[in-house]
Amino acid sequence: MKRLSAKQAGLVACPICQHVHRYEPALSTHHHLHCMRCGHRLYLRKPNSLTRTWAFLSAAAILYLPANLLPVMRTQSPFGIRDDTIMSGIALFWANGSWALATLVFIASILVPLLKLAVLSLLVLSTQCKATWQLRQRTALYRLVERVGRWSMLDIFVIMLTVGLVKFSSFTVITAGPGALAFGAVVILSLLASRQFDPRLMWDNLDSID
Amino acid sequence: MTQPETHQSDSAQQTLTAPLPAPVVEPRGRWVPSLVWLIPLLAALIGIALAGQAILASGPTIVISFKTAEGLEPNITKVKYKDVDIGEVKNIKLSEDLSQVLVAVELTRNAASFAVTDTRFWVVRPRIAASGVSGLNTLLSGSYIGVDAGQTNQVCKEFTGLETPPAITGDQKGQQFTLHSDTLGSLDIGSPVYYRRVPVGRVVASQLDKDGSGVTLSIFIHAPYDQYVRTNTRFWHASGINLNLNANGFNLNTQSLVAVLIGGIAFQTPPGQTPNQAAPNNSHFQLAADEADAMRGTSAQPIRIVFNFAQSLRGLSVGAPVDFRGITLGQVESIGVDYNPKTQTLRMPVTAILYPDRLSQSFAQAFNPKGQEQKAQLLTNLSKRGLRAQLRTGNLLTGQLYVALDMFPKAAPVKFDPTRQPFELPTLPNTLDQLQLQVTELVRKLDKIPFDEIGLHLNSTLKRTNHLLQQLETQLAPQARDLLLSAQKTFDAANATLQQGSPLQADIHQALTALTRTLQSLNALADYIERHPEALIHGKPRDNQ
Repeated sequence: MKRLSAKQAGLVACPICQHVHRYEPALSTHHHLHCMRCGHRLYLRKPNSLTRTWAFLSAAAILYLPANLLPVMRTQSPFGIRDDTIMSGIALFWANGSWALATLVFIASILVPLLKLAVLSLLVLSTQCKATWQLRQRTALYRLVERVGRWSMLDIFVIMLTVGLVKFSSFTVITAGPGALAFGAVVILSLLASRQFDPRLMWDNLDSID
Repeated sequence: MTQPETHQSDSAQQTLTAPLPAPVVEPRGRWVPSLVWLIPLLAALIGIALAGQAILASGPTIVISFKTAEGLEPNITKVKYKDVDIGEVKNIKLSEDLSQVLVAVELTRNAASFAVTDTRFWVVRPRIAASGVSGLNTLLSGSYIGVDAGQTNQVCKEFTGLETPPAITGDQKGQQFTLHSDTLGSLDIGSPVYYRRVPVGRVVASQLDKDGSGVTLSIFIHAPYDQYVRTNTRFWHASGINLNLNANGFNLNTQSLVAVLIGGIAFQTPPGQTPNQAAPNNSHFQLAADEADAMRGTSAQPIRIVFNFAQSLRGLSVGAPVDFRGITLGQVESIGVDYNPKTQTLRMPVTAILYPDRLSQSFAQAFNPKGQEQKAQLLTNLSKRGLRAQLRTGNLLTGQLYVALDMFPKAAPVKFDPTRQPFELPTLPNTLDQLQLQVTELVRKLDKIPFDEIGLHLNSTLKRTNHLLQQLETQLAPQARDLLLSAQKTFDAANATLQQGSPLQADIHQALTALTRTLQSLNALADYIERHPEALIHGKPRDNQ
């Protein structure tokens, strides 16, 4: 039995009020379709989905460099001023014997953001190339990225918590560095990129074969 | 097969299309570029700004060589100037010959002007020295690199770091002077310099002269005290304890306790002299051993005088004062023994140095010109009027001697040789020597007495006396004993006669009683005659009856 999509059935749902309308392919070429109930624009697929995803991915990748090169935490104490980047913080935890903490911060701050960027890039590239392989697995990857993405804010959470707690005036003060801002921006831009991607574009490639 | 599928699709569409409304149709507007690309553009701009900020904030990288990297850590050790961070240590490695440590330092942009040739770098770490404790704040915060900014404009990227902090930095106001001394004494870099016991500077460098004949020190005196250093200022060692035992007695001089412990230098313009103009920077001065040595006038050329003494010089030492009625004119320079083959006698020449400016101005003026005749004439005149040198005891306890000049009008005239160089002043033995001569003469007279003959006579006299005593013992002693026995009997008889109750005693008693009665009668007669003098002629009248 051949799978039937809403696009093939000539149906389109409003993304806001979910009102179903009849879809006239001939009209959408030169006109915008709007919902007769709430007035929002109607589209079968997110407009410019791949372009927008690429834009946010590029921005996230660009800001990933200062996020790792600039210090994220500055500690002022009578023993001097110490600036720590994400990697130097992980190295410090590892050297002091806090392997579990070092591993956790490494996964949350280094591994997950990189994997998110890599996976999203893979999905966008494969969709643009009209690939039809592993459609189910790729869709599962997309859902995983969507679910795990927001947890990258763990490192930012730790930094802000430390900044708020350690504040012995004129003895020891911890402040956030410019690296923390860049890292937060990377996480937010990654979230936006995954939201811009429309996974249904991957399955449309099947219909084009028929 | 194809027919049923198409049929099924058409039927579904027809079934759903009937009740569904049609969407509102609007014409599509003109195409505009997507604004979503502004996001990566903005991210790129932010990234470039951050990178640019990081690049612009970093200044030049310099390399400083030290002997050791103790206390230095990459990416942690700072470079500070007036406690402001101007750089950071980036890399530490050994030089190729393994003799030094090369420290790569990245300066900030604002501190790029520190990379000039005469800038100095050193490591600030805790130091404990005789002059104090410094750098203790680095115990907690860690060592850092200190900087003294240079003044030139020539850019330099390689520096040799100082192993000890410099004594003075470029921003300290004052002047630097050079002192020459025979010995370093107890001075060290950092030793204080005093003016009227107020610390006004310190020693900043010291080194041995190239020829090894002395030591050269550099001192730094802070403004405004450097104006007190004039061209005629004197410097002396103020360190240690000055213990002096000389003809004048026992002297103990010392500066403050700090100077005693770590040494010091004191300076002052000689009192009584008008201050000259202020000394320019890097002037050269002599460093004297003590204040007395520094204040001793050296403007006039000293005069060397020879005295020839004929007596023992025990107690006289080099440096003993040459005194004129209590005023010290100079000091003894050398002591020796001389043999005169002409007269075949031994003499004791003493060479002394006299300072003419200790005397009056005219005396100094007379000695200042190089005229030999004038000096000879002056000394000849003084000798004729009785100027003589004499050894005197300055301290009976220690036997210290000094040379005393004085006028002796009755001294025997002495021929003065004006051509002799150095001048020779005539000498006189002192009063103790004369007393010694008199005692010698007395001893000589005592030697003439014939004690031997007297001894012989005395011996014979003693023999006769012995003989006489023997006779007395054998002949007179028994007779004396008999005589004494007779005397004893006589005394016993006298005692019996005179004892109480004897007849003689009673008779004497009666006689005395009668005599007393007689005297009483006479006393009554005398009274009657006194009252009736005519009784001597007419006699006592009869009683009226």
